[in-house]
Amino acid sequence: MSETFAPFRAYVPGTQPDNNSPHYRSTGLRHPTKPLLKIPQTITELTGPQFSPAQFPPTENIAVNGTHEAVGERIIVAGRVRDEDGRPVANTMVEIWQANAAGRYNHPRDTHDAPLDPDFKGAGRVFTDAHGAYRFITIKPGSYPWSNHANAWRPNHIHFSLFGAGFATRLITQMYFPGDPLLELDPIFLATADANARNRLVSKFDLNVGKQDWALGYRFDIYLRGRNATPMEDNHADHH
Amino acid sequence: MQTTINPTTTSQTIGPYWHLIEDKSWSDLTRFGASGEVITVEGNIRDGAGALANDACVEIWQTSPATSDAFPGFGRAATDAAGKFSFKTIKPGPVAGPGNTLQAPHLAVTILARGLMFHLATRLYFENEPANENDPILSLIADKARRNTLLARETKPGVWHLDIHLQGEAETVFFDI
Ligand SMILES: [Fe+3]
Repeated sequence: MSETFAPFRAYVPGTQPDNNSPHYRSTGLRHPTKPLLKIPQTITELTGPQFSPAQFPPTENIAVNGTHEAVGERIIVAGRVRDEDGRPVANTMVEIWQANAAGRYNHPRDTHDAPLDPDFKGAGRVFTDAHGAYRFITIKPGSYPWSNHANAWRPNHIHFSLFGAGFATRLITQMYFPGDPLLELDPIFLATADANARNRLVSKFDLNVGKQDWALGYRFDIYLRGRNATPMEDNHADHH
Repeated sequence: MQTTINPTTTSQTIGPYWHLIEDKSWSDLTRFGASGEVITVEGNIRDGAGALANDACVEIWQTSPATSDAFPGFGRAATDAAGKFSFKTIKPGPVAGPGNTLQAPHLAVTILARGLMFHLATRLYFENEPANENDPILSLIADKARRNTLLARETKPGVWHLDIHLQGEAETVFFDI
């Protein structure tokens, strides 16, 4: 191997959810019960797919269908994707999907009795720029009921999918909205032990992200795994 | 030297409605014209009660053959009503491993689904591949039955099948990477 990559850092304990999360019922029969096998990060884990906007055209505004505006409160969501050390993750693909303003997904398995909006598909993708910044326009998703427990409703959320630099940096998450009373009742949100980590999934209301007379704004910054400081072939770890 | 870091953003489940970002063409890694030994890689995903997982997202990543405009190295497929996923790709060759080792041909596999708060990582190897014997990752699994959970078998020429068990007696070996 002519190229060497520094391995990605281990996750900070408590900041990631446990797959065995009994309050989220679907985890019951789906979580592995045997311990995960720790493996060294090889070229397979240290590298990952790279997507280009040329091949996968971005859809910056998913609140519009041709000239028809989707129903709901138009919002702009923006933020930066960085690694744990604060370095921008440039040119990485960010995929998003969500329910419409009434809390209904444009998905055959969503049977919630709320109207579909023909002008809202509810999915798109954007790319970060050289500074790791991304931005998209959508409508604020509604809350929706689910069958997890009696009178269970998901807090308003937007699903995010990111790849980053390697197979080991894959991230699927959900962005929430500030002040949502459902957050403290949601077993998916609560499945992570560290309250600070959970709360970083809640976006920040920010008028500067929005646009006068047009849209409100929310800021959501995302951090992907950082690399260990010292590449394997360079063992000058103590040079500070 | 330890410096302050911003911990990686917390993972959340992909949920049951992730198909909104699905592009079915992504399950064919040969769609941009890659050449090589074309194979089908398929399998069923089951939960701890043996029920088929019909709403899962399966992603594969391979560094061999090298990625190019003709070969993305990455694929994504949904499981169907029978819990089955299927990819068309180019059969990988061996790649470098840690130190001076060589890794047997393999695909990295990610399972994302409703009920998984954090995606599961595993690998698919090819049964009867001589290089499997010295593979540095397979060698970490002492129990032969467990090791076999990563070996796809050729059910028809060019069709490789691997069942994935999320939980239970036949549970697939999943990795902490
Ligand atoms: Fe959702």
